[in-house]
Amino acid sequence: MIESLIESLLLRYNYVMVVVLMLIGIYAIIAKSNLIKKIIGLNIFQTAILLFYISMADVVGGTAPIIEEGATDLVYVNPLPHTLMLTAIVVGVCTTAVGLALTVRIYENYGTIHEDEIPGVEA
Amino acid sequence: MEAAALSLAPAAAVGIPLAASILILASGRYPNIRESWTLIAAVATFLSVLSLAPQVLAGGQVGGPGIPFVGGLSLALRVDAAGLIFALTSSGLWILNSIYSIGYMRTLQEHDQTRFYCCFAVSIASVMGLAFSANIITMFLWYEILTVFTYPLVVHEGTPAAMRAGRKYIAYLLVSGVFFLFAAVTTYWLTGTLDFTPGGILSADAPPLLLSALFVAYLIAFAKAAWMPLHSWLPSAMVAPTPVSALLHAVAVVKAGVFGMVRTVGYVYGIDLTRALGMNLLLAAVAAATIILGSIFALRQDSLKKRLAYSTVSQLSYILLGLSLLSPAGIEGALMHIPFHAVMKITLFFCAGAVISTAGKEYISQMRGIGRTMPVTMAMFGIAAVGICGLPPVCGLVSKWFLLIGTAEAGLPLLTAVMIASAVLNAAYFFPIIHTAFFERSAADDAVREAPLAMLIPLVLTAAASVLFFFVPDLPFGRLAALAAAEITGVRY
Amino acid sequence: MTLLSNLPVLPVLVPLVSAVAALVSGWYDRRAARPIVILALALDCALAVLLLSSVVGGGPISYHLGGYAPPLGIEFAVDLLNAFVLAVVLPIMLLAVVFAGPTVGREVPAEKAVSFYVLLLLLATGICGMTLTGDIFNLYVFLEITSLAAYALIAAGREQRSLVASYRYMIMGSLSAGFILLGTAHLYVATGTLNMADLASRLATLYDSTLVHTAFAFFLVGLTIKTALFPLHLWLPGAYAYAPSPVSIVISTAVAKVSAYATLRVLFSVFTTAFIVEYFPITDVLLWLAAIAIIAGSVVAIAQTDVKKMLAYSSVSQMGYIMFGIGVADPVAMAGAVFQILGHAVAKGALFASVGSVIALGGPRDVRGLAGLAARMPVTAAVFAVGAASMIGIPGTAGFVSKFLLALGAVESGRWVFAGVILASSLLTAVYFWRVIEVSYFADEADPRLPAKEAPLSMIVPAALLAAACVLFGIAPDIPLSVIEPAVLLLLGGGP
Repeated sequence: MIESLIESLLLRYNYVMVVVLMLIGIYAIIAKSNLIKKIIGLNIFQTAILLFYISMADVVGGTAPIIEEGATDLVYVNPLPHTLMLTAIVVGVCTTAVGLALTVRIYENYGTIHEDEIPGVEA
Repeated sequence: MEAAALSLAPAAAVGIPLAASILILASGRYPNIRESWTLIAAVATFLSVLSLAPQVLAGGQVGGPGIPFVGGLSLALRVDAAGLIFALTSSGLWILNSIYSIGYMRTLQEHDQTRFYCCFAVSIASVMGLAFSANIITMFLWYEILTVFTYPLVVHEGTPAAMRAGRKYIAYLLVSGVFFLFAAVTTYWLTGTLDFTPGGILSADAPPLLLSALFVAYLIAFAKAAWMPLHSWLPSAMVAPTPVSALLHAVAVVKAGVFGMVRTVGYVYGIDLTRALGMNLLLAAVAAATIILGSIFALRQDSLKKRLAYSTVSQLSYILLGLSLLSPAGIEGALMHIPFHAVMKITLFFCAGAVISTAGKEYISQMRGIGRTMPVTMAMFGIAAVGICGLPPVCGLVSKWFLLIGTAEAGLPLLTAVMIASAVLNAAYFFPIIHTAFFERSAADDAVREAPLAMLIPLVLTAAASVLFFFVPDLPFGRLAALAAAEITGVRY
Repeated sequence: MTLLSNLPVLPVLVPLVSAVAALVSGWYDRRAARPIVILALALDCALAVLLLSSVVGGGPISYHLGGYAPPLGIEFAVDLLNAFVLAVVLPIMLLAVVFAGPTVGREVPAEKAVSFYVLLLLLATGICGMTLTGDIFNLYVFLEITSLAAYALIAAGREQRSLVASYRYMIMGSLSAGFILLGTAHLYVATGTLNMADLASRLATLYDSTLVHTAFAFFLVGLTIKTALFPLHLWLPGAYAYAPSPVSIVISTAVAKVSAYATLRVLFSVFTTAFIVEYFPITDVLLWLAAIAIIAGSVVAIAQTDVKKMLAYSSVSQMGYIMFGIGVADPVAMAGAVFQILGHAVAKGALFASVGSVIALGGPRDVRGLAGLAARMPVTAAVFAVGAASMIGIPGTAGFVSKFLLALGAVESGRWVFAGVILASSLLTAVYFWRVIEVSYFADEADPRLPAKEAPLSMIVPAALLAAACVLFGIAPDIPLSVIEPAVLLLLGGGP
């Protein structure tokens, strides 16, 4: 029972890594008071999702989907998740930029980037 | 049931006061223009209601245009005998009350008079809409608008006491509105319609427990009828200026409550289902308790307006009592009590307001010898008080006579006893006032200082009407009540 | 190719192109941005109305972006529901932008005017895209465009508390989008497609699959954060309360309603009624959460002294109504939920416009500070009163219609307790709105901090129009319902 569980987890080690990364990200978002660290957590969370997409698109022995002349028996990796993730990366970068900009202005206004030191902020 | 003739008059009866409210708001800076709008609207509303009388008296019905609402329901108006009784009473008294208001508000130099007249006009519009509602959803619409727009009138003074009373008022009436909506939704679910139909729309197929609970929901919904123990908003509402207490809290708002119960029993449940569920006994018990307790509470009040308010609480339950008898005589008496109690009670309030504004006296204990300084006012007060007690020659006797016959016919001696006991109690709380006013002497001089004519004329007219209706009750209320009672009970006689 | 054949994509393109135009012309003259934005949104409204009328007349439209046919290409699928939502949301955005005029230079620093307006257009772009798209990954992209614009807009004002509010919204919004993206990934793994219609048909055979259930769970978490369903609502009050007034209007109406629309779309068009009722029975949970949201939102709103915060918590409660309809999942209650999208949008818009004009003109933001508002600013006070009446559900206002439909739906499905919740909630709502009505109309003397005279026309007119819409749709709900009822039947029948 346990062995089969371990075996199935090991076979899907990419999922395990994704889950671990996501949890690290969410932990940082929730537990850290430092606004920059929260954004780093968010980035880790997003990266986990990127990896999930990329790893699921992988085909064992697959190659980049560029059609070569004469090579008819090639197995291609699914390109669609990769393109989707390009968009997601752009979105992630934008979010990070907005978040950092907000952090800068919070620092200018309050003189701190620690959430629990910002006066008058309630839930 | 013959098809209703189409007419714009019902819509006009609602539309005219609504339009007037906007004109009043627009001409707020010119008091004379503002108040002429009120008067013009009052007369025009009354005339458009009156124009419906011939058709209804001939046994017909008048419909108005409808606006489609949700799920096949529509906001529609329909005039029948019962609705016309209520509408005629309210619109007719609005004319007199407007004249009286002008006198009262100017004498006291009240603030925010524009808001007052504007909200008053909307309130009357909703009363008209309520009286002519063709279905429950339309009635609910106007019922809630009436609640909202009477609130500014209740808290008109803006004092902490007034705001407290206003909160109580709005809390009671909004809660009752929730029950109303629940009842409407459940009725729609059970029947697929909300149209008022003589003989009722609910059928006995539904679980009796649900139907009984629904009836109780309707009863709570019509807390505007001020039955006990949901009455206490009414005495609190007496902080309002007297014209409000006179027309809205003795006539329009409270009668909207009893009128709603008439619709519920006669047109939603039908008398057979009501009797089968035993709900008439519940209604009778509530009404009987309210009649007696209301009168006893009235005895303890020193504030004249509050005493009148408890008197209203008690008298309104006469209407519920008549309704609970489910017999032609009982329902006819109940419906006649709507206009007759209205003219008498408005006279009493007019007199109370005249005393408050002219002599500055609110408490009965201050009114020694007031009958000498304000002889006309207090004479009219006496006439109306005699009427409420059910003595001739005032119209209160007529409706109460029908109610007595109804209780006797129904073989319920206990209810007959309640009516008689209540008459004694009525006398017990009114005659001391008359005694204080006429037979005790105040220390001050008793030169005549009557209220201004704008107040005096309406109250003389309403007192005269109270006497007139004793001699010619059929003009036209008795006849209308008979028609409506026949429609509800299905008995033509 | 005529312009009209590209109608479904135009509502997205118009604000996007105008955003560039506004930015460029704004470099030369700061004042040029506003007219461009107003024109662009007015055009967009016209397009939305055109789109709605052509859908009503000619049935759903499927538009293939770039000419690539779905499921490979991206599809814009327009049906009654999203055409309706667009026709509700865009006019409110237009009114909010008109309203924004006097706030620039007051709440929003004048030197930021151009970027402020450009962001509003980008927000409109995102909203139109979210509404019209028929592709689930595209939905995510437009959702992020909307959110990014919203984060920036919230922090655009002088109010420094808005920074932290915006930051929190950013974190929660990104998490929510992340979950939606994960859900999309699972659906893609399960079916190999991203087109919503295609997904719906391919999923039909996979309802027992754990993968699909996982995907659904991710979507559910993401969407409940986005719609601020209790208990994932904590980002909302600050964001609504501390944003500049016109932004409060936009995010409490347009953004909130489009998120609700996305929820409807994913739950009923991608997954289907059968799935959420039988295979992944979530409706009862949603119903309980909605009931708690309705009650708790109101209770917390009662405790607020800041008027805008009060309105924000009221939104938590009112958005619960929409979830409530989803939870009941019968045509009547769903019609109530969709009507609530309209009714709550106009009413909350009116309320935020009313309170917003007081605050934007330098007035106080606590409830007591509104004492004597009716005397100083009669129209603003009247707009507030109408909006409050709609929130309470006084008949004659739009709020009543949705309450009636929701209560009817609950009673019809035998859920008496929930019918009671819907009905009782109007009393709780009355408690906190009545306080404001009381002080604004019946206070002895006006608060000295209030503006001395009525707000400028460009604020009054949008506010009054929103209030008028509240009343219009309350008295003649038949007009929107003639679209909503068939839209809901289509939605519950499955498939976009």
